[in-house]
Amino acid sequence: MMTTLTKHPGSAPERPRKNHGHKNQPAKRSMTSRLGDLKIALFFIFPALIGFVAFFLVPTIRGIYLSFTEYSILGEPTWIGIKNYTAIFADELFWNAMGVTLQYVALNIGFQTVIALGLALLMHRVAKSTFIRGALLLPFLVANVIVALLWFWMLDYQLGIVNEVMSWVGLPRVAFFGSEQWAIPTIAFVNVWRHMGYTALLIFAGLQSIPNHLYEVANLDGASPARTFWSVTMPLLRPVLVLVLVVTVIGSFQVFDTVAVTTNGGPVNASRVIQMYIYQKAFGESDFGYASALSVILFVILALVAFVQMKFLKGNESDLD
Amino acid sequence: MTTSTLPRNNRKKPLNWRRIGAWALVAVALAVTIAPFLWMLRTALSSNSALASNAGNLLPADFSWGAFKRVLGLQTTEEAIADGGSGAAINFWLYLRNSVIFASITTAGQVFFSAMAAYAFSRLRWPGRNKVFAIFLTTMMVPPIFTALPNFLMIKNLGLLNTMAGMSLPFLFMTPFAIFFLRQFFLSMSREVEEAAMLDGAKHLRIFFQIVLPNAAAPIATLVLLTFIGQWNEYFWPLLVGQDENVRVLTVGLSVFKSQSPQGALDWSGLMAGTLVAALPIFLLFIAFGKKVVNSIGFSGIK
Repeated sequence: MMTTLTKHPGSAPERPRKNHGHKNQPAKRSMTSRLGDLKIALFFIFPALIGFVAFFLVPTIRGIYLSFTEYSILGEPTWIGIKNYTAIFADELFWNAMGVTLQYVALNIGFQTVIALGLALLMHRVAKSTFIRGALLLPFLVANVIVALLWFWMLDYQLGIVNEVMSWVGLPRVAFFGSEQWAIPTIAFVNVWRHMGYTALLIFAGLQSIPNHLYEVANLDGASPARTFWSVTMPLLRPVLVLVLVVTVIGSFQVFDTVAVTTNGGPVNASRVIQMYIYQKAFGESDFGYASALSVILFVILALVAFVQMKFLKGNESDLD
Repeated sequence: MTTSTLPRNNRKKPLNWRRIGAWALVAVALAVTIAPFLWMLRTALSSNSALASNAGNLLPADFSWGAFKRVLGLQTTEEAIADGGSGAAINFWLYLRNSVIFASITTAGQVFFSAMAAYAFSRLRWPGRNKVFAIFLTTMMVPPIFTALPNFLMIKNLGLLNTMAGMSLPFLFMTPFAIFFLRQFFLSMSREVEEAAMLDGAKHLRIFFQIVLPNAAAPIATLVLLTFIGQWNEYFWPLLVGQDENVRVLTVGLSVFKSQSPQGALDWSGLMAGTLVAALPIFLLFIAFGKKVVNSIGFSGIK
């Protein structure tokens, strides 16, 4: 999305303003043309503007303000400066939540990206049919909650088919959602399953934009498929891969639904990801100031992640030029 | 490849084992994707009390429509318990109605108002247009949880907790993505028809409704589809403001149904029947318009 943006910096199709024949119009006309269609434009963006101001702009400012207050829904917020932030830095549960979230992101993004890249290459090389792509996309279209419940059942310790199959082949049963050690890897896996087809489709779109003649040249030069992959595909795919990574990493940091439905943060603190912690602080303990400070921190982390990825992986430069 | 001397159309033929291997991988990926849904169906068609003794049986354990009947409220509590249900009620039809209303209202509002804004950002000329658009787009970066807390407080102060209005309002007016998505299409439209209409004295409102919207019917349909699916699946916001039975949507209802079960004795077949019916509209939309959805996912589809 960001590359597309930079490529059309407000690329209005500059309509050649017709002069309507009269070259020497009075000053009034130049005034109207400077303001252009402002009045009617205001009318058209008015509803969106309400939504923007009421549900994005004001809440963003209010969220930052609340992070400097103590506020328990009842009464008025009281200004306490940076106390929430200092408390957070000394809060073991916060650091635990950060650790758990990072572990989730690493597992989720690692597996998801590699699998999706593989699937995208398969789609590109052998299986171009829309039917196959559609089938692989299906889990992404089903609600998080439904996917979570489905896997909660399939991975059940006693009755789940996965444990059943594992016991057939002589493996010990695993409490996938019920053990501290397995909770996060399991949740990460469930979401890899849900997102791999979608991510593969995004990468597939990138693969299709690589000009075919480059492959033909590589072919004529007798390059092996592996060589072609590393010297042609990967460099040209990089901008797309970076975009996909930015989007998926940011989404991954905000994992909530799957956790809420399956483990609710447990066992103990094993799967209390950052968004779960924010949710519990705000709606479990009515500590809106503290929860707001936590979400400011999450916001800053996400902005940094996006910035670092774009900057160091040079996502906005294509090697194609 | 070793075959660069062969004519072009033969190039695909050699190294057949490699293609077979690739297809095998595709088959594995398809199986991994589809099998869980079949397992969902198998469980929903089983009777819950028989699941324990047939955990590994690939066919429905003691085949029965009971789970579906239970979820759809066609079974009495006694029958449900005899069938291995937990006796916990799920007011499925009510949640279904709420989901339909919630997803429809928000989709209609969001797409329509975003289309209006996209029109102003693409077909009209006014000072500051691109700056305002850029500001709109930056909100795409704000994580939903960040605005969810203040929005919750506002909805609460307005007395709109547990109302359909409170659930819908934050989604009703726009998303940066929807505006961005439609603006791209509006920009690529030809100006000629529009200018001809203008010479005839048509006003912007008429141009918007009679020229721009009909011409963008395809991308708008795609956006409606994507938005509806997203709203149908929405969980976090309805969880915050729509806990009450009267406005509870299916996603929230299912999670409540799961957590209501006494002491870990989950009504698995009931739960799977519930998830299956809740996902049914998505499956149907997918069968009808899957191609549109699949082809819409590309760069501009990054959300």
